[in-house]
Amino acid sequence: MTAMQIIFLLTAIVTLVSAFRVVTTPNMVHAALWLVAALVGVAVLYVLLSAPFLAVAQVVIYIGAIAILMLFVIMLTRREMRDRGPQTGKQWPWAAVLAALLFGGLVWMVQSVGLAAAPAADVPETAIADLGKALVSPNGFVIPFEVASVLLLAALIGAVYVAWTRRNS
Amino acid sequence: MGILSQPIGVIAEWLRNLLLGWGLSEGLTTVLLYLVGALVVATVVQIWVIFLIWYERKIIGRMQDRLGPNRVGPYGLLQPIADVIKIITKEVIVPRGADKPLYFLGPILMNAGVLLLWAAIPLMPMVGMDINVAALYIIAVGGFATLGILLSGWSSNNKFALVSAIRTVAQMVSYEVPTVLALLIPVLLAGTMSLHGIVKAQHVWYIVFAPLAFLIFFIASVAENGRSPFDLMEAESEIVAGFHIEYSGMVFAIFYVADFLHAFTIGALAAVLFLGGWRGPGAESFPLLGFVYLWIKAFLVYSLGVWARGTVPRIRVDQLMDFSWKFLTPLALVLLVLAAVLDHFVFGLGAWTRALAHLLMNVVVGVLVLYYLERHEHARARRRRMVAQPGQYPVARPPRPAVAENPTEAAS
Repeated sequence: MTAMQIIFLLTAIVTLVSAFRVVTTPNMVHAALWLVAALVGVAVLYVLLSAPFLAVAQVVIYIGAIAILMLFVIMLTRREMRDRGPQTGKQWPWAAVLAALLFGGLVWMVQSVGLAAAPAADVPETAIADLGKALVSPNGFVIPFEVASVLLLAALIGAVYVAWTRRNS
Repeated sequence: MGILSQPIGVIAEWLRNLLLGWGLSEGLTTVLLYLVGALVVATVVQIWVIFLIWYERKIIGRMQDRLGPNRVGPYGLLQPIADVIKIITKEVIVPRGADKPLYFLGPILMNAGVLLLWAAIPLMPMVGMDINVAALYIIAVGGFATLGILLSGWSSNNKFALVSAIRTVAQMVSYEVPTVLALLIPVLLAGTMSLHGIVKAQHVWYIVFAPLAFLIFFIASVAENGRSPFDLMEAESEIVAGFHIEYSGMVFAIFYVADFLHAFTIGALAAVLFLGGWRGPGAESFPLLGFVYLWIKAFLVYSLGVWARGTVPRIRVDQLMDFSWKFLTPLALVLLVLAAVLDHFVFGLGAWTRALAHLLMNVVVGVLVLYYLERHEHARARRRRMVAQPGQYPVARPPRPAVAENPTEAAS
């Protein structure tokens, strides 16, 4: 077993355990933190797959913004941090069946495509420059990129409009 | 490969051969070497903090017309050591009702957020991890420090600590925007996100290209660090001590170290991004010299922060938010767009021509901003004069006590 495989196994275990604890812990703040741990694990997996940009973007967006926002909201709005009720709903067997089916399907797909056996592709040095150019070139992804920008702008204006206090009234 | 031209390389090679000679596998040796490197960098910078504490106390003391520490050792140099010994012997008290794991996780995360930054800083030519998304990485690991403060504030089970944590998050999220925008200008000029690449591209320091971006980066970084004049998160007169109110002993010391180290790290980042990093005469052939240059530059920027800390009073919370959202962010956006457009036209010219064109743009923008601020201030002063008619007051006054007709009644 190479060092890389050991690191991968450790990361995978940490990620899975954290993801499991997200849904089983009764404490909201703890759940949010287990989510952070799981997201860090995914970021480490991206690094192992030679995708540093995705890894860093994962940390910036999911931990730097979304997880902190979640914690912020939980701390501001909840007086009681502990859920008193049971941790499972009525439909948990169905959810378990669906999750098992999804997992099985994914495993089958990876097996049939033969991804596991395929050799790792070399990542070019200019991967990030290529990504940047693809996002703004007409032959690439300029339309989805612009649409997403407009959507974010609309959300921004909406937030300002909602938060605006009118002076006259 | 001599020890002078490749100091770290020679040591790493020696260690690698030693470990391989012990019969370890190639991959494990690489991992071990990375671990040793990380340990050395993390330890050295944290020990350096002991000196920084002495320096800062001395400088602030002088600014406040005091002597600063001067009893222990020559010039009080051993004072921080005495403090360290004292703080190690103090008891670590966990308050009742605190969330114990998170209570101890908070300071660790905060310190980690600062130490992780050092992984990306090019200490000297060809030393330090060359991450090709380093600029984004710097922003990313900053989130861990925010998380640490939020956790320690919440888990202490203290309302002042929680108020401080919430203030911190609001402040950090706000000031992250101008930091990122200012950081993008060196990235745009160098055409790479790698910090090694940015240093190599600075034949002319980027502070000549973009002095305003340097100022924005510096101010916003100091605000993210939460130092005076942006220290609302530990405003003594309002919330006692802030998020670390319930911490004592060595656990508190970790916060202290993280704060000082973050201030110095901002200096190092500003040096790498705007002051040429390890660049200097002879640095290419003697990498250790480059390390000294970087350290001196980082120290100068850090001293600038100490100067601000000693002289500028704390700002109000509405001023804090206005300053980021209504001044720094729009200015940084305008600078970024103008720099991109201008660079399109002057890219092919020589380094100095390009630098002068950018400098001219910065001067024009700076003058316009100053002119606008001046007019804004005039307009506000005029409004104030217009309001202040006889009988009216520009600010709310407490209602006057009704003058009683009978003086004895008023007294009762």
